Amino acid sequence: MALSHNQSYLIHLNIMSIRAVNIKKSFGDIEVLKGVSADFVAGQTNLIIGSSGTGKSVFLKCIVGLFPINEGEIFYGKRNFHQVSLDEQKKIRTEIGMLFQGGALFDSKTVFENTAFPLIMRAKMSKSEMEDRVMFCLKRVGLEKAAHKMPSEISGGMKKRVGIARAIVMQPDFLFCDEPNSGLDPQTAIMIDELIRDITHENNMTTVIVTHDMNSVMTIGEHVIFLADGYKVWEGQQKDILDTDVKKLNDFVFTGVAMQKYKNG
Amino acid sequence: MKSIGKFVLFIGKMFRQFESPRVYLRLFIDECMLIGIDSVYLVVIISSFIGAVTAVQTAFNLVSPLIPLYLIGTIVRDMTILELAPTITALVFAGKVGSSIAGGLGTMRITEQVDALEVMGINSVSYLVLPKVLAALFTYPMLVILAAFLSITGGYLAGTLAGLLTPEEYVYGIRIDFIQFNVSFMLIKALVFAILVTTISAYKGYYTRGGALEVGRASTQAVTNSCIAILLADYLLAQLLV
Repeated sequence: MALSHNQSYLIHLNIMSIRAVNIKKSFGDIEVLKGVSADFVAGQTNLIIGSSGTGKSVFLKCIVGLFPINEGEIFYGKRNFHQVSLDEQKKIRTEIGMLFQGGALFDSKTVFENTAFPLIMRAKMSKSEMEDRVMFCLKRVGLEKAAHKMPSEISGGMKKRVGIARAIVMQPDFLFCDEPNSGLDPQTAIMIDELIRDITHENNMTTVIVTHDMNSVMTIGEHVIFLADGYKVWEGQQKDILDTDVKKLNDFVFTGVAMQKYKNG
Repeated sequence: MKSIGKFVLFIGKMFRQFESPRVYLRLFIDECMLIGIDSVYLVVIISSFIGAVTAVQTAFNLVSPLIPLYLIGTIVRDMTILELAPTITALVFAGKVGSSIAGGLGTMRITEQVDALEVMGINSVSYLVLPKVLAALFTYPMLVILAAFLSITGGYLAGTLAGLLTPEEYVYGIRIDFIQFNVSFMLIKALVFAILVTTISAYKGYYTRGGALEVGRASTQAVTNSCIAILLADYLLAQLLV
């Protein structure tokens, strides 16, 4: 029996959802995550927010498998990341794109080579197809003219954009961004935020962003998870964030002068 | 003990989840250039002078007229093949290549480049370290052979140009009582030292945590630990094989 468009879409969303269940992570005696569970909504920008040192980046790195977890489970669709075979884990990783805080570009490779790297390592396509795909991604982030520059020759914002291009070059289902606009001027930060939001919707990806920037939350946030002291304190839609009565979240949200003004209308 | 266990696991991880041979071939050639070819000039300078100094010092200490002068050549040859070429070159190699490996990997670690590889599903230890180890195994014995040749040549030039002995005496000295196994011993040492320098340095660099200061510290530790391991292995090999 053929599935209707809506049914197919729902199945697609189910495959693309990420679920973290009771994640615990310690470094020595320091317990950073004390049992965090969260659902990341498929096809949306999911923001993990919280003050510095609350375990946001650790949580993100646990989800992508960079940090081994002490307890808990991570599901990509129905696949339990820590219980599938190594080959399946490798396959899941090909469905993941990640933008690191500093860009994490390979110093010895040009912008073009950095962007092409995942394709060279993982994709089975001809050289011309590869070039087309890389140039498409670089064009999408507005860096087609910087293709032959080295990472040391470009600015911080450009590095982030190359990082985005490299993250999306494999057309991933899941995009993870660790503090994408940290260290950038406000204009560039907004530009990076908007670029991530637009790319998420264009490619129908599930995007998870770690940030402590309330501007990002209000600009691109759809689904929001708030962490404090190693626990998930609040989870919900961005539009509900200003009306919550959770004190810790209110303290975090309304600390900035701009947000105070926002609250006061 | 914990560090040794971690080191063994690190070595084990190097042989898991391989990428395609084409990828390794390209990296292997690059590393051969960096590790082998770029070290040639240093090996040339050091080994030539070490041979020359050995010849001059030996001649200076041979004060008895009963000891034939050709022994200068014999001593230079045996010292070079047994110790100077493989071991001194290894210590220099640890300083140059070891610090470069630890610094490079340490920088990649703190700038999250290693994490970027892991997220792409690439075994970063295998991808980054294995080509370095293979390149060192391939190029370091060649550097040692070059060092041995240049050291003996350095001894010849210093000895004959300074009039310490005649060219015939030196050549006679390096040919007499030659033990072929010593060359094999030299090459065994070269292979062991190549593995030690690259793996210890890579281990130190790979597990760097922190910032630029820690990268510098990792490089220093890589060199000192490699040097200690070289000297220890030198002693153990001498006990086992001589």
